[in-house]
Amino acid sequence: MTATTDVATALTERFPQVTARPSLDWPAFNVPVGQLLDVLRHLRDKCAFDLLVDVTAIDWSAAQSPRFTVVWHLLSTVRHTYVRLATDCADDANPAMPSATGLWPGANWHEREAYDMFGISFSGHPDLRRILMWDGYPYFPLRKEFPLAGLETALPDPAVAEETGAKVKPAPYMGGPFVAAAGGSMDEAEPRAKDQSWTEHQEKPV
Amino acid sequence: MVSPNTEISYDSKIEGDLVVSRLDAVINWIRTNSMWPMPMGLACCAIELMAVAAARFDIARFGAEVMRFSPRQADCMIVAGTVTYKMAPQVRRIYDQMPAPKWVIAMGACASTGGMYRSYAVLQGVDRIVPVDVYVSGCPPRPEALLDALIKLQAKVRREPAAQRLFKT
Repeated sequence: MTATTDVATALTERFPQVTARPSLDWPAFNVPVGQLLDVLRHLRDKCAFDLLVDVTAIDWSAAQSPRFTVVWHLLSTVRHTYVRLATDCADDANPAMPSATGLWPGANWHEREAYDMFGISFSGHPDLRRILMWDGYPYFPLRKEFPLAGLETALPDPAVAEETGAKVKPAPYMGGPFVAAAGGSMDEAEPRAKDQSWTEHQEKPV
Repeated sequence: MVSPNTEISYDSKIEGDLVVSRLDAVINWIRTNSMWPMPMGLACCAIELMAVAAARFDIARFGAEVMRFSPRQADCMIVAGTVTYKMAPQVRRIYDQMPAPKWVIAMGACASTGGMYRSYAVLQGVDRIVPVDVYVSGCPPRPEALLDALIKLQAKVRREPAAQRLFKT
């Protein structure tokens, strides 16, 4: 561990292709896919970032390319600082990323969640299944084109679906979405229904 | 030599203590006062459900303290919490495994309607997969509200024509 050295200089000296990323809090870096695992290992072994706090992803919407960015948050339990890494997925249609499970076993469930919500397949992951939604769910809910209310599909269990006739249906959104207003006083910013002109029985006015 | 009994009226020397009542009343009296719950504790409502079972509110006063974690031994499923679509088939299966007669209490806003979770992941009311007898409002409901729901359910059971249903195929 280089005790007082700035992480930024330490990283960019070792990996010249790593560039700084705009960040409001902790140091953040853009990392090329090819060097990702080397950078993570370097941070873990040489810079004392020993704890992988989170692996998540960003969907910049279908109009953007690269569309998906995977983000890692590392914590140093020695220095008490965080560092954030971001890597773009090369393929917009079938995003893929090397898995960090070889470095931190804890990456297992984080990557499963990112796969479940964004459809990013982590190559080298030992058990890449959905973690929140059920196996066989046809969508990736946190992608930008997926509506918050959901899309109609079948229940996980065909026998129960047949017996009850129930389906996975979009949630009713009359009066919603319930969002907080930006700015203004605390009272005005309270999350509340923005549009109460439609109900379950009365269609949303176009 | 035993002489045959020719009397057709009640003879206390032969039959002992006896109370005459309607079969409906007897069956419903038994059912209402030993309504064993199946605690489907799925979210924070389950904490209130535990409080109902504990000393301060004491659901034992109404004969429903025997939380059965086997559906085979339960009479009343208390759905306490958010039912996700992932969990919904399991809730239905447990309901199917309960022997009839059986009842369902939807405890709290989430179990009743989906509550604040207007989301792709949450079943918008457990009545889409199981028949619900009593809905309890609240997020979560106070223990008194659940006791009130139990009392209402008991009142409902008392009105049932239990004897007819016994012999219904």
